[in-house]
Amino acid sequence: MGLEFHTSRLADAVAWGRKYSLFQYPFVTACCGMEFMSTMAPKYDLARFGAEFPRFSPRQADLLIIVGTIVEKQAPVLRRIWEQMTEPKWVIAFGVCASTGGFYQNYTSVPGADQIIPVDVYIPGCPPRPEQVLDALVLLQERIQDHKGFSQVRLKAEHDKIISANKLVRR
Amino acid sequence: MSKTALEKLVARFGPVVTAQHAQHGNETASIQPASWVEVATYCRDTLGFDMASDLTVVDYLGQEPRFEVVLHLYAVATKQRLRLKTRPPGSDGDDETPVIASLFGVWPAVNWMEREAYDLYGVKFEGHPDLRRILMYEEFVGHPLRKDYPKEKRQPLVRRPPAET
Repeated sequence: MGLEFHTSRLADAVAWGRKYSLFQYPFVTACCGMEFMSTMAPKYDLARFGAEFPRFSPRQADLLIIVGTIVEKQAPVLRRIWEQMTEPKWVIAFGVCASTGGFYQNYTSVPGADQIIPVDVYIPGCPPRPEQVLDALVLLQERIQDHKGFSQVRLKAEHDKIISANKLVRR
Repeated sequence: MSKTALEKLVARFGPVVTAQHAQHGNETASIQPASWVEVATYCRDTLGFDMASDLTVVDYLGQEPRFEVVLHLYAVATKQRLRLKTRPPGSDGDDETPVIASLFGVWPAVNWMEREAYDLYGVKFEGHPDLRRILMYEEFVGHPLRKDYPKEKRQPLVRRPPAET
């Protein structure tokens, strides 16, 4: 019994550490980037919530923030960047374009980044207010603390599916 | 007052100019496609239109010929503008069918514009040095700005596997 108690508390401690040290990879493709910059800037200061560092290498990041429209031509790039990130990893779709495709309903735009990779938190708005972004981050932090990161659950299922489809052996 | 560029063009080429329009100095001439390069060269050398500022295509679905190539010219020295149009023949809607001579030899600037027109409308520019898609990906089938391209049609390169319930 003592062992059980100990491991669960350890997991919570790890989750606590993870939620306050999110290293983000901003995948900025469009005008939402300006709003993202203001969120990062001193006035709203995303760093207050622990998401201090934009790491411009997916291998060093655990939070992918998709900021702006994703076009079909770019989709493989986004998918690959997400695949390069180390687990555990989370994804935030920033703005309506990243969430649903927004008002782009045509041959070129992906109708939502979740068509390509699993997304944890969607932020509506065109562009979103910085307060919404901070709210989304806090929401994600709560989920990380509760071990409920949506993309993590989906990730496992899809990952196994892809692995079995490609006949790869996981070491 | 001296003759306008459009008047000079009509005086020089006559029936090659099938239609013309001028209002408030905004001049347009429709050209027979066979004389496309010849007229363009004349505009550059004699009329002084040294800058090809834009080249686009209009899709008149249901008409014959279907596509119209529109060229916007600008003369830097005289600050004049001229619009040339032509309707390449054989444009019955089949892929790659409309063919028009490339103006790359006249203004190298039309290189990417013609590639864009080819990519989005499927108008083929004969004599273009590198006619391939410029905006869409290579795997894309068809030409998306044609009026008969379905509005909601997607050609995804990558998608997630369908979700398990």
